[in-house]
Amino acid sequence: MNYVENILSHASGRKSTSAGEYIEARCDTVLMNDVTGPLAVKEFLKRGKKIKNPGSVVIVCDHFTPNKDIKSAENVKFLRDFAKKQKIRFFEIGDGGVEHVILPEKGIVKPGDVVIGADSHTCTYGALGAFSTGVGSTDAAFAMLTGKIWFMVPEVMEFVYSGKKGKFITGKDLILLTIGKIGVNGANYKAMKFAGPVIRALSMDERFTMCNMAIEAGGKAGFVVPDKKTAEYIKGRPGKKARVFADGASAQTLKMDISSVKPLVAAPHLPDKVGPAAKMNKVKIDQAVIGSCTNGRISDFAQAAKIMKGRKISAGLRCIILPGSQQVYAEALKKGYIETFLKAGCVIAPPTCGPCLGGHMGILAGGETAISTTNRNFVGRMGATSSRVYLASPYTAAASALRGRIISPEQL
Amino acid sequence: MKNIIKGRAYVVGDSVDTDVIIPARFLTTDNANELAAHCMEDLDKDFSKKVKTGDIIVAGDNFGCGSSREHAPIAIKASGISAVIAKSFARIFLRNCINIGLMVFVCDMKKDTRPGDEITVDMQKGEIANARTKKIYQVKPVPEFIKKIVSSGGLLNYAVQRRK
Repeated sequence: MNYVENILSHASGRKSTSAGEYIEARCDTVLMNDVTGPLAVKEFLKRGKKIKNPGSVVIVCDHFTPNKDIKSAENVKFLRDFAKKQKIRFFEIGDGGVEHVILPEKGIVKPGDVVIGADSHTCTYGALGAFSTGVGSTDAAFAMLTGKIWFMVPEVMEFVYSGKKGKFITGKDLILLTIGKIGVNGANYKAMKFAGPVIRALSMDERFTMCNMAIEAGGKAGFVVPDKKTAEYIKGRPGKKARVFADGASAQTLKMDISSVKPLVAAPHLPDKVGPAAKMNKVKIDQAVIGSCTNGRISDFAQAAKIMKGRKISAGLRCIILPGSQQVYAEALKKGYIETFLKAGCVIAPPTCGPCLGGHMGILAGGETAISTTNRNFVGRMGATSSRVYLASPYTAAASALRGRIISPEQL
Repeated sequence: MKNIIKGRAYVVGDSVDTDVIIPARFLTTDNANELAAHCMEDLDKDFSKKVKTGDIIVAGDNFGCGSSREHAPIAIKASGISAVIAKSFARIFLRNCINIGLMVFVCDMKKDTRPGDEITVDMQKGEIANARTKKIYQVKPVPEFIKKIVSSGGLLNYAVQRRK
């Protein structure tokens, strides 16, 4: 059995499982947010009183927080009251941030866990070696009622990256490369395993970025089999111990030599419309967004700050910095990155999903164009239906913000 | 459960994402009728006026990709759409449909379907017919486990029934 089959057979109390089988698995963590949570809780309350396993449920309100209007404030209040009554974890904005940044940070997810989240980017935690996937509100309600979730055991599609990583090439470029290669449904229903010497050398932050975007290729999950870097990351964080599982053969393997890869950008309106940033120099931008569950961690801001240090963003351009969590914000402040951004002319937003999904804090007007370190560039994703979003790494987004056009950081 | 679903085709392309099915600006509510009023608005602003109860969405690949928002299938269902037929579905969207009881069928028929075609789904036979083209398509069979959820009236009813 491979890593996923081993986790899922353990979680379903079976001796073995194989791809294609339907199972019911124990959930170690059940996550909800302010968009998906209210629906899940209302459905739960129609059929149950007490959550089966309150220790497993976590609510993070991050999409429309700090509450953007009365309706979103009511939703957050409803979830806060529910969390208090059920004695489940609820992170206030002063102790939180974007869900997929704070759960690993606070030690809530560990290697070998089964995690479901009523948010499609729940696949992020595969970077820790968890089996982690996005579901809907009804699934979250079912998990609150029963402690379990139904799955079809996915096939594993393995991506092996080798070669020498070029300057300014990040996990974001590697995942864009991969999505560009296999398409937006190239890994539909499958678990994407990221492996090879390039992944072994990749930081945890960049592994989170890669697993986060597995869903953009249709993946059920993305994962990296735990190694020394994973062990270092979880060391000293609170919470339970990691579970160790063996790995085995994958159904399919794709090998990529990445030595010649240059900084990449996904053009509107799908994440698989990928091409080199250096070939998109004609695209003028109105806004740059740096942050999100994809690229809102400390090393992302280190990369952006490295580009912006001592420089100014292009006149007439808005650059919005969204630290992924309060902890990331504090660290970015301590390391001087926030000062670099302020001096460059950026605005610092609180930790929130904000503009990524067109919520608030940087919505685009008709015809405007943004470069963004987020994960989706669908029609109307960040605002008006005639606006456009280009997806890129923090290096590329920062460099483009300085120039006012899309450029590769190598062109600075 | 009805064994025959009949309706007019509303045809869309590939990778119709949940952001266009129900844009985030409407996600502060989970009221089905409010959501239905804005269903597909960013793809076709007249969708809610055009669709009649019973209509069937016929789509290409990867229908419902993107966000996990269950508001998307809820909006479609409350618009009066009786079923969605697609060459393939994005997995979270497919789960959400099964879980809330919106009928979905995997079938590659978009390329020869025109808007307004009369479509008949015979669930017993596992066949879909287009009255204009007289073509008959086989539906990909549904796994037993999924049938159980659907025949219980959705995932939560399944959970409650099992508890008894």
